[in-house]
Amino acid sequence: MINGGFEAPLSRRVFLKSSALIGCSLAAEPFLTTMTLAQAPWDHRLVVLILRGAMDGLDVVRPVGDPAFAGYRTTIAEGDAALPLGGIFALHPALAPLMPLWHAGQLGFAHAVSTPYRDKRSHFDGQDILEAGTGMDVPVAAVRDGWLNRMLQGVPGLTAQTAFAVGRDEMKVLMGPAAHASWAPDARLGLSAQSRVLLERMYHDDPLFRDAAQEAMALADRLDTGGGMGAPVAVPAGAPKPDPLAAFAAERLREETRIAAFSINGWDTHRAQRAVLHGQLAGLAATILTLREGLGPVWKKTTVIAMTEFGRTARENGSGGTDHGTGGVMVLAGGAVRGGKVYGKWPGVAESALYAGRDLMPTADVRAYAAWAMRGLYGLDTGVLEKTVFPGLDMGNNPGILL
Amino acid sequence: MSANPTIAAIRFGFGLSPHIAPPANAAAIMAALLGPDPVAATFPVAPLTEVWPLAMAEAQLRRDSKLGAPDTVAHYRAARQQNRIMAAQGFVNILQRAVQSPDGFRERLQNFWSGHFTVVAKQAVFIGLPTAFAEEALRPHLTGRFADMLKAVVTHPGMLAYLDQNSSIGPDSRVGRRKGRGLNENLGRELLELHTLGVGAGYSQTDVRQFADLLTGLSYTPKQGQFRFDPAAAEPGAELVLGRRYGGEQPARLADIFAALEDIAHRPETAHHIATKLAVHFVSDTPDAGLVTAMTGAYMQSGGLLPSVYEAMLTHPAAWASLGAKVRQPFDFMAASLRALGVAPEALAGMPLVFVVRQMVGALARMGQPFQRAPGPNGWPEAAAAWIEPQTLAARIQWAMAVPGRIVPDLPDPREFVTAALGDAAGPGVKDAARQAETRREGVGLVLASADFNRR
Repeated sequence: MINGGFEAPLSRRVFLKSSALIGCSLAAEPFLTTMTLAQAPWDHRLVVLILRGAMDGLDVVRPVGDPAFAGYRTTIAEGDAALPLGGIFALHPALAPLMPLWHAGQLGFAHAVSTPYRDKRSHFDGQDILEAGTGMDVPVAAVRDGWLNRMLQGVPGLTAQTAFAVGRDEMKVLMGPAAHASWAPDARLGLSAQSRVLLERMYHDDPLFRDAAQEAMALADRLDTGGGMGAPVAVPAGAPKPDPLAAFAAERLREETRIAAFSINGWDTHRAQRAVLHGQLAGLAATILTLREGLGPVWKKTTVIAMTEFGRTARENGSGGTDHGTGGVMVLAGGAVRGGKVYGKWPGVAESALYAGRDLMPTADVRAYAAWAMRGLYGLDTGVLEKTVFPGLDMGNNPGILL
Repeated sequence: MSANPTIAAIRFGFGLSPHIAPPANAAAIMAALLGPDPVAATFPVAPLTEVWPLAMAEAQLRRDSKLGAPDTVAHYRAARQQNRIMAAQGFVNILQRAVQSPDGFRERLQNFWSGHFTVVAKQAVFIGLPTAFAEEALRPHLTGRFADMLKAVVTHPGMLAYLDQNSSIGPDSRVGRRKGRGLNENLGRELLELHTLGVGAGYSQTDVRQFADLLTGLSYTPKQGQFRFDPAAAEPGAELVLGRRYGGEQPARLADIFAALEDIAHRPETAHHIATKLAVHFVSDTPDAGLVTAMTGAYMQSGGLLPSVYEAMLTHPAAWASLGAKVRQPFDFMAASLRALGVAPEALAGMPLVFVVRQMVGALARMGQPFQRAPGPNGWPEAAAAWIEPQTLAARIQWAMAVPGRIVPDLPDPREFVTAALGDAAGPGVKDAARQAETRREGVGLVLASADFNRR
């Protein structure tokens, strides 16, 4: 939706050129030989998508069987063909490309979830709390690391490649003392050998520049030397365009990376939600399908969780959109999840059941689902999850989201 | 450390230049700022009265061309091209001001306030809107009262369009009842959270709602893009915002919205929020508490007169601590590079359109700061670590190595360039690198890529 007309930060054309370069084995490169010696201790893959801007969970997984719902959304969903999910829910039609995954049990949702953040409904605070993984008892400004990073801090034997932040957005969820990598698939260097030596020497005493440059050079080397070894994956006619960030993440996850995190922006649908959300969800579907394609056999060991800072108002606003709300939806996908199901306790959307008379009432903490996913994938102790990764969280009973 | 010209130029301007003497001290910075503003006329940008008709024409021709007549397609392409050229010229002239002006502090302030009051073009046809907004709503008030800037902001179609105010209608107003339209809280919330009090201040969802009610009626004419206050769209009845009553007159009055903005502008939370943001932007990600206190005090004492706040910053010892606490944002980095190279106005004005779009605007996006497209209404991040990541640092290095040589035909000797670019702020590492580089191009590139140059 927001397009200033200038060259986009991630140009699809540049990506298509580079995707030929990353679609090949990296094992033969000198740089990698030291890296690959260190094996990640896990086999399962976790992809965390942060949906920035507050995705409207009530429009994505619509409670069409709740008698109060129809009155709230008179223009947003008028006349479109939502896809029945069984029970009271129906899926937004723009997610139709994911229905085969739903039927295969590889796509599910958790409804009426939220972080502990309440009332001020600020995107920025909401995202900070979502990524910090803390409750409201800790001032957000005091939190210096994200919950994925705190999870990694407790695991011995990890390398920087174990966890990867992909793309140009800051990923606070992965920031912190535990080593991790970050890269955007369209970055290049083009330095002579001498310049490179001088640059490294010049940055030597400035850790911020030194570490970023070392990683940039290492990653640029891999991408630059891989030319001619593969071709981009062919896309069937009519299929959504592959998402370059997801393709890059999948490539890394097939190597030694076990955790990848990236953002999808643009969910703040204050107006013209019908058109805007359609485009956003088509993009989300493309991301998930690109991951599945790119992961190939590893997809069956993969869990994708997509979370957003909060939901949106139950009623549409005066301009065909919705305003900032509270309870929302979390998306679960991958061969490791027990899909085909909408998880959660449904609070109802009758006026009296709404939070503050306007928002979907949260009935579960979104962190609990993330915690159960990490427990299932990596066997982390409940105590560690409730005290260190998500301080103060009560995980409750196992919802059984993983196979 | 006490005031010195290198710090004055690098921390409070766009850096050193071989042709422009740096300001000697705080008094010199303030004197330039309070003097005339000649570069605005030397390097003009397109006003709203030009931007809006171009946008409308392009949008209309696009609709026509979809109906299929072949000449309408050509007309549409021409209109689109005209709009893109206008935007590229706007970018170049904003860059020119930063590169050529002796009064660098004014241009840095213009950038600061453009981030504080972020406006992004939500549709491609409105590509010129953020520039027109900044020029018309912000620049005239850089040296005035914050309250007046705030009023200019909420009466400019740029902000009204970006934060959806034009589609916020009082549900019980005449328009609201007739069309079944209602409130959109977006502008009301961001005015409190981002523009004035700050998110930590003690306001509630009810305040946001009441404030959004009060703001109904602020709109613009869709065809001409002229601000208008429409009492027929304003929610009837008085509103209670932060404990004070506003409005309730029939018909509703713009003056009541202005009264609320005056009150909010004069609250101590606003003073503290603005002082902190300025100190963080210019001096340090973790500014000295005494500096912020002095600036907040100056704000309150002067009734929110911005030059008093700037002066309190510039005359505080903490503002002259040694350089390096902050990282230059990509636009600053690009402007400072060209300024240090002494690039002539003609050389920048002569850049072909494709070069501007790919090597300048495109490069800013790769460095993590797509021009006038901040990720949200909270503008750009300030923390040094947010700007120096592998991929964005790679883009800085790449640009430093490849692009200056395509704008400046005779690159300077890197050994001399170190001093021209950094003065006494050049460390031994960057001097060594400049001496040992294989070519002029690489030597200049290394100086520009150095941490010394990218920090400020």
